[in-house]
Parts: sequence; structure tokens; C-alpha cells
Amino acid sequence: MSFSNLTRRGLIKTSAAAGAGLALPTYLSAASHAGYTNAPQGDTVTLGFNVPQSGPYADEGADELRAFELAVEHLNGGGDGGMMQTFSSKALNGTGILGKKVEYVTGDTQTKSDAARASAKSMIEKDGAVMISGGSSSGVAVAVQALCQEAGVIFMAGLTHANDTTGKDKRANGFRHFFNSYMSGAALAPILANEYGKDRKAYHLTADYNWGYTTEEAVRSSTEAFGWETVNAVKTPLTQTDFSAYIAPVLQSGADVLVLNHYGGNMVNSLTNAVQFGLRDKMVNGKKFEIVVPLYSELMARGAGANIKGILGSQNWDWKLEDQLGSRYSGTNAFVQSFGTKYGFPPSQAAHTCYVQTMLYADAVTRAGSFNPCAVVEALEGFEFDGMGNGPTLYRADDHQCFKDVVVVKGKENPENEYDLVEIVEVTPADQVTYAPDHEQFAGGSLGSCNAGA
Amino acid sequence: MFGLSKRDAGLLFVVALLCLFAPFILNPFPEGSAMAQFNGGYPDLMQRLVIFGIFAIGFNILFGLTGYLSFGHAAFLGVGSYAAIWMMKLLTMNVIPAIMVSVLVAGLFSLLVGWISLRRSGIYFSILTLAFAQMSYALAYSVLTPITGGETGLQPKHTDPRILDGALPAGQSPRANLFGLDMKASTQLQLGDWVFTFNAGYYIAAAIMLVAFYLSIRIFRSPLGMMLRAVKSNQQRMNYTGLNSKPYTLAAFVISGMYAGLAGGLLVAMDTQVGAERMFWTASGEVVLMTILGGAGTLIGPILGAGFIKYMENIVSKINDNVLHGWFSFMPDGIENFMVTIIHPFVGKGWHLTLGLLFMLVVIFLPGGLVEGGQRIGNLFKRKKADPKSPDGTTTTPAE
Repeated sequence: MSFSNLTRRGLIKTSAAAGAGLALPTYLSAASHAGYTNAPQGDTVTLGFNVPQSGPYADEGADELRAFELAVEHLNGGGDGGMMQTFSSKALNGTGILGKKVEYVTGDTQTKSDAARASAKSMIEKDGAVMISGGSSSGVAVAVQALCQEAGVIFMAGLTHANDTTGKDKRANGFRHFFNSYMSGAALAPILANEYGKDRKAYHLTADYNWGYTTEEAVRSSTEAFGWETVNAVKTPLTQTDFSAYIAPVLQSGADVLVLNHYGGNMVNSLTNAVQFGLRDKMVNGKKFEIVVPLYSELMARGAGANIKGILGSQNWDWKLEDQLGSRYSGTNAFVQSFGTKYGFPPSQAAHTCYVQTMLYADAVTRAGSFNPCAVVEALEGFEFDGMGNGPTLYRADDHQCFKDVVVVKGKENPENEYDLVEIVEVTPADQVTYAPDHEQFAGGSLGSCNAGA
Repeated sequence: MFGLSKRDAGLLFVVALLCLFAPFILNPFPEGSAMAQFNGGYPDLMQRLVIFGIFAIGFNILFGLTGYLSFGHAAFLGVGSYAAIWMMKLLTMNVIPAIMVSVLVAGLFSLLVGWISLRRSGIYFSILTLAFAQMSYALAYSVLTPITGGETGLQPKHTDPRILDGALPAGQSPRANLFGLDMKASTQLQLGDWVFTFNAGYYIAAAIMLVAFYLSIRIFRSPLGMMLRAVKSNQQRMNYTGLNSKPYTLAAFVISGMYAGLAGGLLVAMDTQVGAERMFWTASGEVVLMTILGGAGTLIGPILGAGFIKYMENIVSKINDNVLHGWFSFMPDGIENFMVTIIHPFVGKGWHLTLGLLFMLVVIFLPGGLVEGGQRIGNLFKRKKADPKSPDGTTTTPAE
């Protein structure tokens, strides 16, 4: 059976078509813009806010978007200015960025790295965004950060907690204000040793993906340094909703502390199961059984309800910080007030980090006097600032990670309202959570050099 | 031409024209106008349109011809992607080896999956493929983290070995290329207020899609295609006549798996990263939607369906309240807010809802997909032309 009916005319036609097809790419050469990708034209500048609007972290995404809108309003001179009043750098004056009015585009990451990249690419290629921010998981953060590096725009990470974002996957064009797994471990360990004693046996349940691994490793090494023993560490599938089968063996293991390296719905379910099994009423080795959740969030606390009471964990920021611990954390109240006035409830830590990232970017551009990513990178590297709600903070040049105090919190016994679910136990100062840039938990990456694109 | 009938050659020609002029067709609105929101002619979306077109064409070879509904095709796409990125990490940033190896690896993997799954048909086959795909996803997401990068996926880094490429110049990140031609290279044409972008990567992907489309036409018209249709219409009768249908269905399965691998490899070539979500069951479901929406079993349907869904996903999901307020700003305040409230649930994060509604409309009123819609419109005109003398311009429709 043959389909070829080769004629002279057919052959000529075919080769002409093939030739045209092959010739096509050669005359398409790179666009030769001077300077850098998406240099703002006219009197506006476009920022891209890429947040999860659907999927498991949609609530956090919605809160991030609120914070971004508030930040843009403040940058353009609207509202009460929020943290611009308390920010130690006074470069911003409410006339946009470098006199250009700030506009923004939004997209849905769906908490999938493919969707997040598609959305970010359309912001860069279609809308001309010069900076991308947002996101609520480390997978997305790493994927979008790599994209921004290739495209030559700045990436200001939103909520991403895994070590990898500023560890093995760090990039010169990417910056993270949020804290990380190592800091959680380092901040929690001394307080755990204080509260629960130094001869504890810990049992880890770890969500089976990168963030879970880095968090387990961080908590493990920090607590073991204080004399704790790790009895067992079990990985749980990310899609697990019923953790009973994983909780039952904990009782037989002789452990007296359960560490739940879970986030979001995972954490809500595993904690609920653990409390239902009566773990917290048990006495093991003559000590009261305890549960620890390394990464806390307001939205998770709301989901877990009464089960969260008395459980220790760490946070990047909390809206009650300045009220309870004084003016070291100035900026907190200014932000909570303008957020509360606009939306009617206090902001989450995801909202805080996104707001601060936008302000830091705007400030860096203003100080550098240019939107050129390389100039912005230079302005942000080694930048020390204050008045953004976390106390004195350093953007370290070696890995583009912010170093600041870490808040250790506990589920409140008698919450007054649905936004007041956690109480601040202590704040671990920044120097206790600082690590060397080449620390083993962050090894294997390199920033490379900044890319300004076309 | 090319061993095709006149009709098929015409179809291929139309698709080729559409691909060639996509930058114009997808950018009908001038820059800066309110309607510019609906412009889709930027490189990333154009690339996605043709790549998912390939994916759907391949899926249609299995589903459209044999009727076997695979619910795990995203696994082959993902496996192809991982193979491609490893080629880029280890061998060279040139896309040729990456694409070839992705097709090969996806072909082998689909041979394995098909060998096992094709022992059953109907719903059991669908569930088996779904199980394989979810298994691959779970493996890639956690167990195989050292190979797949797990949650954070894989991207080329400047520290990768890449034995065929020379050392990168300082300060450069590795870029996918075809013998030096950067996939991201674009040139822009400005005509008045209109800006059209021509992207090298897009044209390469489009050329490959045309080849893939041509091959699929040949398969549809071949004896193999006939045999596959026979499987769809009555497999039992076929077996009773003494024919073993398994080699045919397996061949179709592997071919469509290779198409998926090709799409996966191209995705990496255009955007150098892989994440495990690519293999999630929703991604497998998406290609089923694409094929049905466009018209299963038709040649061009899957391409239309893929284009439709990707366009919705990328354009409608980006319309936020701000944009809506911009559109309706000419109205009085009360009505403006009312209009925004009405439309709000259907755009932005609500794009799934809009897509679902459209899908229902298509399935209910155009069971043959978008292709049937096109045919109906075509028939409308043809009938008028064929019968110009009928007094009121209408004709009686014969009962079917």
C-alpha cells in the first residue's frame, strides 16, 4: 500500500513549502531593545501580581491580592500611606514610582508551576510587567523565579517557606522577604527546650514533598542540638485527608512530642486527627504529650478551630506584634490600620509579606533611579531597613533572603474573635536564626548574575 | 499533494495559513484599547495553542478512532517533559535531542502502560490509565524527587554539566535554542496602533504541529485508520472474524503516547521547566475536554478545542474587577457596579465556570463539537447557493 503519487509539480511545490518553512526562522532575530526588558513607556509602570485564586491556597491568594491593591494605592498617593510613614527609607513620596503611576495586572497561579509560569509569561510578554510578585507555595515560587531570571525582570517572592527558594534554587533576580524552614527550626528549638524540657523524644509526620523535607530537616537538626531525640520520621502523602493510620503508631513508638510538618489542609486534618486520638491528654515517659506545628498561619488556625489551642509554632509576622511587644515592630499598626479600614479585618502574614515586598521594590527602584533589574538588584542587596513591622531587617546579598526576628506563637486558649486565634509566645531575635550562606541545608545553588533581558 | 486527497490537502493548507498568520489573527485589537485584553497574540499563548494542539491531535488518534477513552494521557506528556529537561541538563540546550528523546521515552512508557491497560476496554481501561497517570504524578511529586525535583520541578541551571555545549559566558542563563536560534527570539511589527509579535519558538512549534497534523491525516486515511475505526464500531465482531485487534489498539495507543511526549518535549523547549502538576489527572481530563469540545474523531476538531481552552484559561482568567470597572466606566455608578457584580463570577478565578457553561452548551447543542458548528454554518450558506430559485430562500430539510 503506497500513498505517494510523486509528480514533478508536486515535488517542486513540496520543496518550495519546505524551503519557506526552513528559511522562516532565520530572518526572525531577537528584538534589539536598548536597556532592559519591559522598560516602562509613558507615565505608567505595570507590576504583575500572580497569586493563587483557585486551588488549595485560594484564601491566602485573595488576602495577598488585597495587600497588593493596598500597596499600589499607597504608592500612588491614595489612602493613609500605610507603612510609608514608618519605613526607614524615605525615598517614596506617594507619586508612584519614579513619578510614574503604578498600574497592575493580576493572574491565577492555581498553585501549579505550569499555570503560574504561563500567567507570569503573559504578564511579561503581553502586559509589559517589569516586576512579578506573589505566590503561596515554594514550587510556584521557584518556577516563577527561574522564569523571571530568564526573562530579565525582578521577582519578589510572596509566601514561600522552603529553604530551596533562597537555597539550591536561588536566582539573582529573585528576592524573598518571608522566612524559611531553617529559621522556623532555629526559632522554635530554644523555646521548645524551655517549655517542654531537653530530654524529649520527637516523632515527625512530614508532608511528602520538598517543603516538608526541608522543614523536617530544619526542625530535627535544631531540636537535636538541644538534646532531643528523633524517634521516627514518617512521610505522609500530600493528598492524605485521614491521618488516623499515621497517628496510631505514634503512641506505640515511645515518643512524647509529635511534630507535624504539614501545611494548609494537611495540617488542619492531621492536627484534628491527633487531638481526636487524645494524644494531648496522654502522659508518656512521665511527661505530658505535646504537639508542634513548625509553620503557622491564621487561615490554618481558623480551619483547625479549638484543636489549635496551646500548640506551638512559628510565624513570619503577626498583626498584634506592635501592640504587644512595642515600637521595635513599628509599621505593624500602620499597616493593620490601613488594611483594616479598607477591608474590615486584620491582614494575614501572607498579606503582610506581599505588601512589604511591593514597597521594598518601589523603594529600591527609587533609590536606584532606574527600573533596570540590575540596578534594582544592586539597591536591594545588603539593604538594611526598619519600620516594616519586623524590626530591623537585612536583605542579605549572598542569597537574597531577608533576616529578621521570628515570631513564636501558640494557639490561644480563649480567643476573643475569629481573627485573634494565636498568642505571641516569644520573638526569637534575628541573630539566632541567621546562618552562613553556605549552610548545608542551603547548599548546591548559586545566584548567578543579574539578567536585565533584552 | 503530499499523497492527500484534495479535500485533506485543503484542510492542511488552511491550518498552515492559520499558523502562519496567527500573530495577526490573535491580535485583532489595537494596543491600549479596552479590547486589547482579548488579544492573544503573545508568544507564550501562541506556543501553548499549537503545542496543546499536538497533544489533542495525538489523543484524537486513540479516542477519536478507536473509542478507547484514556484518562491518563498527561502522564506521557509529563514523562516526555522530564526526558527533555534531562537532555537539556546533561547534553545540550539545543532542542533537537530534547524533543527526539522525549518522543522516544514517552513511546516506551506508553508501550508499557498500553500493554497492561489494553487488556481491558471501556470504563476499566479508562480507570487503569487514570491509575497509571496518578501513580506517575505521585512518584514525580514525592518518591522520585531526586530525579524529578518534586514540588519545585526542574529547570536548567548554569551549573549543569551539558557535555555538548561550551561553557556559558559569564552572567548568561542557559537558553533553549535551535542551532543558536534562541526560542525566545521575537521580532515586532508595528502598524499604527497594532503591534504584532513574531516569535521563533512559536514558528518552530507550529511547523512541528503541521507535520504532526499531516501524519494524523495520513493515519486517518490509512488501512490502519480503517482498522481502528472498526475497533470503535464493533470490536467483538472484529474479533469473531478472526482478527486480533490488540496490535492495532496498542499501535494507536503508542502513537498517541508519542504525540503526547512530543508535546511535552516542545513545552520544555519553549519554556524550560517541568513541574509534576503537568501529570495531574486534571491535565488528563483537559485533553479529553479539548477533543470533545472541538469534535472527537474529526481531523481539525482537537486543534480548535485545544486553542479554545488555552485561550480561555490565559485570557479570561486575567480579567479582574479593575478591568471590568474600566469597561463599564461610561455607565452611571450604580449600573456600573451592578454590571461588575454580575460579570465578576465568570471572569478571573471564575474562568472555570465560564468554560464549564460553554462546554455544556457545546455538548447539548453541538454534540459533534465546534466542527459541527462550523459545518452547520457552512451548510447554511451552501444550501442558499445551491437553491437560489426557491421562492422564500428556504428549503425543506429531509428527515434524517
